[in-house]
Amino acid sequence: MSEIMTDGQGMALAAEGITVKLRSNAKITWEKFLQHKLAVVASLFLLTLAALCFLAPLIAPFEFDAIDLANIRKPPSAKHLLGTDALGRDLLTRLLYGGRISITIGLTAAMLGTAIGTLIGSMAGYFGGRIDNLLMRLTDLAYSIPTLPLIIVISSYSNTQAVGIVMIIGFFSWMQTSRVVRGAILSVKENEYVTAARALGSKDRLIIVRHVLPNISNSIIVGATLGVGNAIITESSLSFLGLGVSPPTPTWGNMLMDSQATMSSQPWLTIFPGMAILLTVLCVNFIGDGLQDALDPTL
Amino acid sequence: MLDKQAKLLEVRGLKKHFSVGGGLFKKASLVQAVNGLDFDIYQGETLGLVGESGCGKSTAGRTILQLYKPTAGSILYDGVDITALDRKAMLEYRRKLQIIFQDPYSSLNPRLTVGNIIAEPLMIHHGDMSRQDRLDFAKELLMKVNLDPSFVNRYPHEFSGGQRQRIGIARALAVEPEFIVCDEPISALDVSVQAQVVTLMEELQDTMNLTYLFIAHDLSMVRHISDRVAVMYLGKIVELADRDEIYEKPQHPYTKALLRAIPVPDPIYAEANPIQPLEGEVPSPIHPPQGCYFSPRCPLAQPICHEQSPEYVEKSPRHFCACHMV
Repeated sequence: MSEIMTDGQGMALAAEGITVKLRSNAKITWEKFLQHKLAVVASLFLLTLAALCFLAPLIAPFEFDAIDLANIRKPPSAKHLLGTDALGRDLLTRLLYGGRISITIGLTAAMLGTAIGTLIGSMAGYFGGRIDNLLMRLTDLAYSIPTLPLIIVISSYSNTQAVGIVMIIGFFSWMQTSRVVRGAILSVKENEYVTAARALGSKDRLIIVRHVLPNISNSIIVGATLGVGNAIITESSLSFLGLGVSPPTPTWGNMLMDSQATMSSQPWLTIFPGMAILLTVLCVNFIGDGLQDALDPTL
Repeated sequence: MLDKQAKLLEVRGLKKHFSVGGGLFKKASLVQAVNGLDFDIYQGETLGLVGESGCGKSTAGRTILQLYKPTAGSILYDGVDITALDRKAMLEYRRKLQIIFQDPYSSLNPRLTVGNIIAEPLMIHHGDMSRQDRLDFAKELLMKVNLDPSFVNRYPHEFSGGQRQRIGIARALAVEPEFIVCDEPISALDVSVQAQVVTLMEELQDTMNLTYLFIAHDLSMVRHISDRVAVMYLGKIVELADRDEIYEKPQHPYTKALLRAIPVPDPIYAEANPIQPLEGEVPSPIHPPQGCYFSPRCPLAQPICHEQSPEYVEKSPRHFCACHMV
C-alpha cells in the first residue's frame, strides 16, 4: 500500500482520530451568499422596503383613499413627501400600500410560475420520449395562446383579488422556464454521475432532486428573477384594463398606468412607482446573482 | 484451474439495439450496438474486454448492469436472470453489481461534497444509518482507496483526475459489491497515475474478493490486469481466451491485427518493424456488413466470409473464436 500513497497527505492520522465535522450544504451556501456584497445590500434593501410596505397601516402619513380635492397633483413637498395624485391622495401612502400587493404578487406569481415550469421541464427532459413529447406540445400550446386576452377572459370570470391574480399570472408564465429547464436537463442527465446514481439504485425522484436540479439551478434562478419583474408588469397591465386589483386599492402597476396621461406635466406620479418597480426587480436580480454564486461550489 | 471455479455471471445472447433519429415523418434507424454476446465470468477473475471505440464494449458493460434494458438475451447472476427482475427485486442486485467510470470529471456530481457522494449509496441501501455513521463509513472508504479521510468536506473540483477516480471507486465500494464493471477506468488518466489506480484496483480485488469486467482499449494494461481477455468487434465477441493464450497464440485475424498495433517502446525495433495498420474503417453498426462483420477488412477473407456469419465456438480448450478460417 505504501508505494501508492502519493496523495495521501496526513494519512498517518487514523480515521477515528480525526474529527471532521460535515458542514451542511445550507451553511456553506449561506456563508458564501454573505460574501456577495451586492446581493446582501439588495436583500437588506428589499427586506426594508417590504417591511415598510407591510407596516403601511401603522406608518403611512395618510389613508390610502383619503381624497383631498384642495391638493390635487401637488409636487413633492414637506406635507406630501412624494406629492399627490389626481384626487389629492398622498403618493407616499399609496406607494407603501401598493407595495404590499405588488411585491406579494411579484414574488409569489414568479415562484408559482417557476415551480410549474421546473416541474414540467424536468419531467420532460429527464424522462424523454413520449412524456417529453406530450409535455413539450402542451408547452407549445400554452405558448401559442395569446396570454393577455385569455387572462382577461379568465379574470373577468373570477374574483380579482390578489390570490386570483397570482394564480392567473403563475399559470401563464411557466412556459419559458419549462423549456429552459428541459434543455439544461437534457445535457446534465448525460453526465456519468447520473448513471452512477442509477447503478446504485436511486429512484428517479431522488436523482432529479439531488443530482439534476442542483446542477441546473442557474437556469432556474435566472428564470425566476425575470419572472418577478414580469409578474409585476403583468399585474399592472391587468390593472390598466380594469381587471387587476380594483381601485381604489393601489398597486404600483395601476399607479403607473394612471399616471400615463400626465407623464410630462406631473412626472413624480410616474417616476416614484416606476422607481419602486425598477428597484424591486433590480434587487431580485442581484439576489439571484448572489444565490447563483453561493450555490456553485467551484466559486 | 479457472474452469473449476464457479460461474458468477453468464451472459447469453445479449443484444442491445438503439433506435436513433426517429421523428414524426422519419423512420428511426437501428444501431446494433451489442449484437449477441455469449460469455461467462468466473468468481474472482478479471475479464478484460477490448475493442476499438464504438464497438459496443461500454454498452455491453452497462447493459449487464441493467442501465440499459437489453433488446434480447439473458444475464444470469449467481443463476438468477436479472433481466427479468422488477425494480424492487433489482435493488438487491444493484448492491452486488457496481460500475467505475471512464471520465473522472463527469462521474462526480460537482455540487456535492466528497462525503455526500460516497455516502449516497448508504442513503439508498441503509436508510436507517445515522448521518454520523454514514460519514464515518465514508472516511473509512477514503482510507481504503488511499485518500485522506478529511477530504469528506471538499468538493470534486478540488481534486486531480487520479484522486477523483479513487473517489469514484470508493463510491462503488460503499455498497460492498461482488462484481464491478470497470468502464475504461484508466483511459482518461496520466500514465503514471494509471499504474497507481490499477494497483489499487488489484489490491481491492484481493481484499474484497471482487470480480471485474475490465473494459479498455489499452492492450498492454489489459494484459497486466486480466485473467482472460475478450475481443469485441462491431457488437460481437470475436475471440475470448486466457490472457497468455490470446496474447501469444491469437487465432482471429482481428485480434492479430490489434496485437500487431501495440506500440513498442524501442525506436530501433519500431523502425525495423513498422506497424501495418488495418485497411478501412469500422463499418457502421446501423448497416453491418453481410456475413462475418470483419470480412470487409479481413486479409484472409474468402467468399464464405462475405455470406455466412461465423459461429462463435470453442476452437481449442478454453479458447473461443468466431472465424471461418480458424
